[in-house]
Amino acid sequence: MPAPHRNTKDISLSITTFIIISIIKSVAVVGVLLTAVAYSVWLERKVSAHIQNRWGPTRVGPFGLLQPLADGAKFIFKEDLTQPHVYKPLYIAAPIISLVFAITSISVIPFGNWVDIGPWGTYLQITDLNIGLLVVLGITSMGVYGVALAGWSSNSKYSLLGGLRASAQMVSYEVSLGLSLVGVLIMAGSLSLRDIVDAQGGVFWGFIPRWNIFHGQTLAFFIYLISAYAETNRTPFDLPEAESELVAGYHTEYSAMKFAMFFMAEYANMVTVACLATLMFLGGWHGPIFGPPILQAAMPVFWFCLKVFFFMFLYVWVRWTLPRFRYDQLMAFGWKVLLPLAVANIVYTALVVAWRA
Amino acid sequence: MFHLILFLFFGAICVAGAINLLVQSHPINSALSLIVVMGSLAAEYLLLGAEFLAAVQVIVYAGAIMVLFLITIMLLNAGKEERTKGSRVATLLGVPGVVIGAVLVAWTLLHRSNLQSVPIGALKGDPSDIARLLFHDFLLPFEVTSVLILIAIMGAVVLASRPEAVARGPRKDEG
Repeated sequence: MPAPHRNTKDISLSITTFIIISIIKSVAVVGVLLTAVAYSVWLERKVSAHIQNRWGPTRVGPFGLLQPLADGAKFIFKEDLTQPHVYKPLYIAAPIISLVFAITSISVIPFGNWVDIGPWGTYLQITDLNIGLLVVLGITSMGVYGVALAGWSSNSKYSLLGGLRASAQMVSYEVSLGLSLVGVLIMAGSLSLRDIVDAQGGVFWGFIPRWNIFHGQTLAFFIYLISAYAETNRTPFDLPEAESELVAGYHTEYSAMKFAMFFMAEYANMVTVACLATLMFLGGWHGPIFGPPILQAAMPVFWFCLKVFFFMFLYVWVRWTLPRFRYDQLMAFGWKVLLPLAVANIVYTALVVAWRA
Repeated sequence: MFHLILFLFFGAICVAGAINLLVQSHPINSALSLIVVMGSLAAEYLLLGAEFLAAVQVIVYAGAIMVLFLITIMLLNAGKEERTKGSRVATLLGVPGVVIGAVLVAWTLLHRSNLQSVPIGALKGDPSDIARLLFHDFLLPFEVTSVLILIAIMGAVVLASRPEAVARGPRKDEG
């Protein structure tokens, strides 16, 4: 059933135009994503440095802005060691699996509204599915395999422990992550990310935006945020790569570009999770729009990027502020605190929606 | 036409994965083959028009259940299986038996049943359709199944916990 408020434009393109537009969109989105990944590493280094009263990268380019390029060149030219004791097929496949699923999940994320380019027009999104949210969750859930297989195929105890921790943690927190989104789904009545954002337009009392975070889903937002940190293996839940006990966790035995692929996958997952938080709780591309027409067309994308940037900054901020959990605390917190809270939020939201109907 | 080609392609991958699952001697490779089977089944559902089912197939089976399989194999560090000859009687009777069974099922479905064939992509698999079936038309069986699963979970917890832990109540020293 298409949702009643769905603002579908009549897309009657010839198949060739459709394919060309799709290819252009895919290349643009993946390009932007990879650039964002590279610069979130720069952001992480810079912000962490300032938090610790250091300078961070300053030598390569102004403010060290060319540092990601230097890092990339270094990763490519480093010697790629393959230990003799690894199980080779999976050892090579694991980083590829991680990176492919991390990048694929961006494909259904909408960045903005309809734009007209000459005779054609398109939504700022690679493709709009009416099960968009489930696609994102499904693809991110497949990303566990990269980490788990990396840990196992390296044939080293640190890697194995890291892989086991990562897979147990990601499976556990995926439950509360998924359930925290159900409240939003009940309110929007659709699984399409575009519909969910459209349902958050408008304001309360003239100034508070009707975003889900201000619309009864505040608890769900925080459950989502915490679970997302655990899903992406970030501090305070970075047990899988706890350097003080596991050397580097699941990617201990990796070097050069294979290691860089895990690194890129982690940051790409962070971007996806930040995009999803923006869409589900912060109203996606909604925000004040003003100025000349050309500016008005660009504003939604600007607001979207600003919100995603806020989440990326928050990631870094939290990482350099909080210490690491103990593993049993992590599991107990996920199953005994977050899960009941998420279920309670679903019941509460369902009751409110049923009451109003 | 394009749909049909994709459908056959994923069908072939599915069957190849299933055969590989049996042929591989290492449990990890077998588990990965099963994931390929699940994934290509999801693609088949998607091509038939059952989008929701496809997504759930990936999230639940490929993304959650198979991860647990993999964790178990990794934890036990299961090594290569030993090849056994197997009994000759089983081979002699089993292979023709499977072929005859498959032919019988296919023939019955094609000729002896009044099932209508559905064009590819015409299946109704929207989340709302499935929700109406589960929470309206078949509410009682659905709820009974969920109670059954709950009982199974509780049984698993009781079986997995150590006897002294049950007697003493929840442990304080580990989570």
